[in-house]
Amino acid sequence: MTDTATAPAPGDATPDDASGGLVRRLLARIDTTNAVVLPLLAFISALVIGTVVIALSDIDKLKEGDIGGILTTIKDAYLALPKGAFDGWRPLNETIVATTPLLLAGLAVAITFKAGLFNIGGTGQMLMGGMGAVWVGFTMNGPGILQVPLGILAGMVCGMLWGIVPGLLKARAGVHEVISTIMMNFIAASLVLYILKTDAFVREGRNDPISKLVTPEGRLPRLFGYLDRPELRAHIGFLIAIAAALFFWWLLERTTIGFEIRAQGANSSAARYAGMRPGLLIMTSFVIAGGFAGLAGASEVLGTQGRATQGFAGDIGFDAIAVALLGRSSPSGTALAALLFGALQAGGQKMQVDTGVPVDLVLILRALIVLFIAAPLLMKAIWRIKAEGAIAGPSFGGWGS
Amino acid sequence: MNQPATLTDAYLDLAGSVTRTPDQVKRSRNLGIAYFVLAVVTLFVFARGDGGTSTFGLGGDSTFGVPSIPLAWICAVSFAALGGVQISRGTGRWQSALIAAAALLFVFTLMAWAAAGKQFSLTGTLHDALKASTPLVFGALGGIMCERSGIINIAIEGLLLAGAFTSAVVGSVVNIWVGILAAMVVSGLLALMLAWLAIRFHVDQVIVGFAINFFVLGVTSFIDSRVLTRNPEYNGTGTISQWKVPGLHRLPIVGPILFEQTFYVYVALGLVAFIAWALFKTKWGLQTRAVGEHPTAAGTLGIDVLRRRYINVTLAGAISGFGGSWWTADVGRFNENITNGRGFIALAVVLVGRHHPVGALMAALVFGFADALALKFSFLNTGIPSEFLELAPFLVTLVVVASVGRGARVPAALGQPYEEQ
Repeated sequence: MTDTATAPAPGDATPDDASGGLVRRLLARIDTTNAVVLPLLAFISALVIGTVVIALSDIDKLKEGDIGGILTTIKDAYLALPKGAFDGWRPLNETIVATTPLLLAGLAVAITFKAGLFNIGGTGQMLMGGMGAVWVGFTMNGPGILQVPLGILAGMVCGMLWGIVPGLLKARAGVHEVISTIMMNFIAASLVLYILKTDAFVREGRNDPISKLVTPEGRLPRLFGYLDRPELRAHIGFLIAIAAALFFWWLLERTTIGFEIRAQGANSSAARYAGMRPGLLIMTSFVIAGGFAGLAGASEVLGTQGRATQGFAGDIGFDAIAVALLGRSSPSGTALAALLFGALQAGGQKMQVDTGVPVDLVLILRALIVLFIAAPLLMKAIWRIKAEGAIAGPSFGGWGS
Repeated sequence: MNQPATLTDAYLDLAGSVTRTPDQVKRSRNLGIAYFVLAVVTLFVFARGDGGTSTFGLGGDSTFGVPSIPLAWICAVSFAALGGVQISRGTGRWQSALIAAAALLFVFTLMAWAAAGKQFSLTGTLHDALKASTPLVFGALGGIMCERSGIINIAIEGLLLAGAFTSAVVGSVVNIWVGILAAMVVSGLLALMLAWLAIRFHVDQVIVGFAINFFVLGVTSFIDSRVLTRNPEYNGTGTISQWKVPGLHRLPIVGPILFEQTFYVYVALGLVAFIAWALFKTKWGLQTRAVGEHPTAAGTLGIDVLRRRYINVTLAGAISGFGGSWWTADVGRFNENITNGRGFIALAVVLVGRHHPVGALMAALVFGFADALALKFSFLNTGIPSEFLELAPFLVTLVVVASVGRGARVPAALGQPYEEQ
């Protein structure tokens, strides 16, 4: 199974026309159609369809025939998106808060894509990572310099332990990772519910599954703590996520194991004949993935929420798949995709408050963006871009491998 | 895989009972160890405590009693013996049958332990199990239809959810039967879109499937919170009640389990039989499998590969949409994300059932049974945390797939785009 996501088609436009200016030549180098134009068009197309959804679901105004009112709602909703994401300290913080787990979990999916595997288990790995982190978070009581790293480490290790299971099952027993990671998600969800009800975790005087509070020393320091504005929630989890993306790049581009993982993903038979051990690589990829997702869980629990609940991981594990797909599994692409989705999330909240258009619109936009990104031929047909050589959409092998 | 055993298979089977490859030896050993572990678990959990007679209800007034502790001992001893045989010489061609028998014995022991000194309606639990597995069967059949013709269907969850939503809304405005029909049309169209994007635009099928899941979840949640919550007249269909099959529902044991269900169950069972027959005994089935296994060869023989794929995928969508309407018929309304991941379980059901309708039915029944059992146990006050019961079916799937399902074979051309020559 080929994974064209790992090997983007070499530039469509050749940089040989010296007549163009510097910018044009530069743009020609970075494969503008694939890297800039198509994502932009995908984004615009998604917004257009989103418009239709907003308009058609406004049944009160539709009944009155209030077209102007509908248009105003659409305008306000779309203006609220960037406003809620970037306009001011607080929106920027919310964007960062939403981006952090998406980036970490996105890397957890991307690393397995690189190895030709499909990790649907981000949610489970996040949940278990969060449980490890929150335990350190509420049992220890400072000093922060020790407790914070320990909590993060605990999250990472628990995520890795949860991630090793599908790797082991795939490598040793041939269980397809899509099955095993889905199962592991459900198992983790039930297990978390159980753990949260045990005496060691449950908050005093509470019957519902909610953990004790992470001690103040154990919380991740806030990025803008020096401004002394408690509503600025962004925390150093974001720096961890960026460090993780850098680590991802270093691992894949600068280490032997990273090369082997990419080789395994590109052609597992060739990798085997070249003397690499597929089983080991599968397990390694899943352990690393679990580590990333565990960090995401730790960052949510120790940074954003300060406690663990049943659903603290939300749908981030699934959204992460969209992030990795959109980012074509590259570290920079995944980071940008996470930022885009994080901004949409933050903006969506503001949109819901300001205009009453439900934040679920963001889900629709995400789905459409992923779909259109994956369908460059469709985008070209709709927007009538001349075909400049074959453009391959991102691709994942499927069941067969 | 699903064709009648060839001579080679028969030979391998025979050879397997005499000499074993190192891989088989290893597999046998693992399975044997699993048996021993189960024996120990049985001994230390089920054979302890006060015990007592468990009374199993068989519908109506008929019951039978089982002493729970002796049963646990029988179970443990048989598992130990099985484990010994499995490790020392393997069980050859009986392996699968023995696993199934052992699983049945284990579950029965578990039920007897849970119900010690109490009543336990066996028929009621099996009735609920069949009911709970119904939407999984529809989802899985949709998956099988799709994947047998070479298109990966990760969108089962989305197709089910779309079916549930459409049937609820249209069902409220018109009536539930029109709602079910509309659900089939909408999910069929969504599946057609999947096929169109995959075939015409060569979009990666896993990605389209996931995008459809997200899209449907987004649209249904969006409309639910923007329209349905404020306009409850669009969301309330009433449920579809059970239909007792005349005569048959009076049969002992089988009657209350099988013949006092909603029509969904009868349609599901009929459809499993029909698709199993159609896939392996008709020209359509042969063509479909050819298109999924080797489209180039099929094309050379004059089969219109793309047409076959379009039609099958659309039909698969319609089946899933029908399955989605099960929730509306059961609950009488739509709630946000009402399918709650059942489509992903259906996906596992497709793979565990090895892309065969009957296999999928079996796998779906296992999940349905676990669901029903978990519910039952929560009433019986067994001391097992309900969370463990909820995770049990997933754990069991993992163990089963790991111990017997190496390399579940899939249609050879699955997920690959096909260019007409």
